[in-house]
Amino acid sequence: MNAASRPERPVAARVADGDPRSKAVLEGPDIRRALTRIAHEILERTKGGHDVLLLGIQTRGVTLAERLAGALREVEGRPVPWGSLDVTMYRDDLRMRPARALGRTELPAEGVDDKIVVLVDDVLFSGRTVRAALDSLNDLGRPRAVQLAVLVDRGHRELPIRADYVGKNLPTSMRETVKVLLDENDGRDAVLLGPVPSDPAGGAE
Amino acid sequence: MNRHLISAADLSRDDALLVLDTAEELAQIAGRSIKKLPTLRGRTVVNLFFEDSTRTRISFEAAAKRLSADVINFSAKGSSVSKGESLKDTALTLEAMGADGVVIRHGASGAPHRLAGWVQGSVVNAGDGTHEHPTQALLDAFTMRKRLGDLEGRKVTIVGDVLHSRVARSNVLLLNTLGADVTLVAPPTLLPVAIDTWPCSVSYDLDGVLSKSDVIMMLRVQQERMNAAYFPTVREYSRRYGLDAERMAQLPEHAIVMHPGPMNRGVEIAAEVADSVRSTIVEQVANGVSARMAVLYLLLGGSESAIGKEVSQ
Repeated sequence: MNAASRPERPVAARVADGDPRSKAVLEGPDIRRALTRIAHEILERTKGGHDVLLLGIQTRGVTLAERLAGALREVEGRPVPWGSLDVTMYRDDLRMRPARALGRTELPAEGVDDKIVVLVDDVLFSGRTVRAALDSLNDLGRPRAVQLAVLVDRGHRELPIRADYVGKNLPTSMRETVKVLLDENDGRDAVLLGPVPSDPAGGAE
Repeated sequence: MNRHLISAADLSRDDALLVLDTAEELAQIAGRSIKKLPTLRGRTVVNLFFEDSTRTRISFEAAAKRLSADVINFSAKGSSVSKGESLKDTALTLEAMGADGVVIRHGASGAPHRLAGWVQGSVVNAGDGTHEHPTQALLDAFTMRKRLGDLEGRKVTIVGDVLHSRVARSNVLLLNTLGADVTLVAPPTLLPVAIDTWPCSVSYDLDGVLSKSDVIMMLRVQQERMNAAYFPTVREYSRRYGLDAERMAQLPEHAIVMHPGPMNRGVEIAAEVADSVRSTIVEQVANGVSARMAVLYLLLGGSESAIGKEVSQ
């Protein structure tokens, strides 16, 4: 696959992708294996995955939640509900940037009450997005338990938050960015580790 | 510099679509048990109503409260305005209280524009005289989009007292921005002088356009603003320009009937039409809260406004 054969790519992804200094730390098969392992861990930890509801955090967390739901169905042979969560209105940095467009929040009809909610996101960094997600869950209902699954944990937490399921622990410095590319969003699967772009707005989560 | 929403023309196509998309997300909140978001915590929104209003004021108040803003209601009756305080002095008082957003309804066209030059916060026009009412146009467009999908190329017919209607002007401007074709239908006496400069077509014959309309919006006959005889009798107006069951039957299968309220049942719209399944009148009120939440969030939610227009002093 080369970049020229894929039109219609989001600008941010093209920049990160096209930057020769960024290198792929996970490729497509690695991501698939990590998700399969997380699926097994979820089943193990929740004793068969009953009452599990996967909630992906916009935008790439949603894609990962959908894939995880697929992996769980393959292993257990029955469908696992999943949905999406947009945490924009709950972010603590809302007033530091212009008002942003909202993503979609879609819950299965049965809601979150008494479910074991597994939040799914691509990169765990400061933990602030997860805090916002916990706050928004609070307004949506009362889950029995909330767990967190991430594809990459890059460290540098600013809040007392940790993940229950981690695809890969990736020690990074603050001068690096981690960018997750997914086929559905970006046209290819990869986790890229690169230098901070000169444009300060382009940093990863 | 702060941005304001004073005219529907302040919104570009992208802005308008951003408001409608945001409103659609925010509409979900209405179905939840906790109808509240923390987004505007600590921000103050002042509702400044110099003219009577029920639904618009309540709608703005509900919208601001669902976003956790502090709301201060101010109506001209029972305030210093009845002692003769000017708009500017009232504005300076608000300024001293630190209002982040000011929602204003005023009987004089242009009052929100003047206010925007005097205060630091963002001004939202909630109806000024016979000029504009942009959030009504947004909630109308939102209602149409929910029922009919994309508005590009849709035929919208607005019928009645266009001369005194701020709703008509804002709707024509916004719908034109969104790519819909608008036709105004009214007796010649109830059309403004410069109607040929508006981006819409005009007809005097309601029956001729019914079968080609996706949306028909009836305007209220504004008796309180009429100081001359614009039509011979209410009955004659109603017969030529009122929407009754017979006329509704000529509309295409999918067409919807709208009215910004308050209605004069039996004058511009028959009771059976207002209560029919095609009528979106109650829906429009519910959608008003979502549309206004979107406007308040996009104006006040971030470090700077995402929509609207600056006003120079």
